[in-house]
Amino acid sequence: MINDIISMNGYGIYVWSAFTFTLISFAVLYTVIKVQLVKEKIKFDAKYLTLTPDKKQAVRAQETYKGILASNSVSKI
Amino acid sequence: MLKNFEPNKIFSITSKAPKYVLFVFIIIISIGLIEALIISPKDYIQSHSVRIMYVHVPSAWIALGTFSIIAILSLAILIFKNKSFILITKSLAPSGLVFNIIALVTGSIWGKPTWGTWWAWDARITSMLILALFYVIYILAWRIYDGREKAHRITSLIAILGAINVPIIKYSVDWWSTLHQPASISIFTKTSIHHSMMLPLALMTAAFALFSLLIFLMKYNTELIKIKNKGLDRL
Repeated sequence: MINDIISMNGYGIYVWSAFTFTLISFAVLYTVIKVQLVKEKIKFDAKYLTLTPDKKQAVRAQETYKGILASNSVSKI
Repeated sequence: MLKNFEPNKIFSITSKAPKYVLFVFIIIISIGLIEALIISPKDYIQSHSVRIMYVHVPSAWIALGTFSIIAILSLAILIFKNKSFILITKSLAPSGLVFNIIALVTGSIWGKPTWGTWWAWDARITSMLILALFYVIYILAWRIYDGREKAHRITSLIAILGAINVPIIKYSVDWWSTLHQPASISIFTKTSIHHSMMLPLALMTAAFALFSLLIFLMKYNTELIKIKNKGLDRL
């Protein structure tokens, strides 16, 4: 049965390569986007930590910054 | 209504949603792969090569759908000068391009056992290739003009121009004599595909749509944090 699934009457090479290409493309795209996101978060955390206390307070007062801080690790520092 | 598209409101969803979307995607794609590769029957003419349809067709649908959304939102950007849509269109493009490439490559792989060739300058294939080129130009334009005032105008115009190609892709099989068969699935008329093949196709389409959503959410967060990083510099 396993052989039938792999060979698919000689069409296995086409079917498996199409599915493999799709899944590899997914993995590459996910990794690239994830790396970009993590890099931006690290950059944000580094900049935020260098701010003076009053500037930090001003940042925390804004809705979007509040959201980013809540999702980043810096809020736990 | 447009206030619901403000970045801070969208971010409150996009920052939390990816992990749930990823979880549901993994479940649906696992079931979809079992259905597509093992349970679904082979075709009486194409035999097992028909299974390529379960990755090829959803990819083409999502690539087309994504570009249509980008084009509609781009039109809204130009008419209403709505800046919230700019981030959305920019974040949709990467997954659209990847799905377009998947559709072209898997279509080529499917073409070899079915038509005896990897590539033909068939109306459907050529118009899909043109769509991929529009995606590339759109993404490159963002890279070249990013941060400049005219960036959203140039990218919006590219998307609207590219949208002319969308109905050409859809109706190419009806307007020209092509290697592709006419559509088997229609919203308005009776679908000619058997339910044993419709189920894996629906599952794989749902899984691919979820993956596209996941990439969009992550890219949106990245772009928003990038903008806010620049905001921190100006403080």
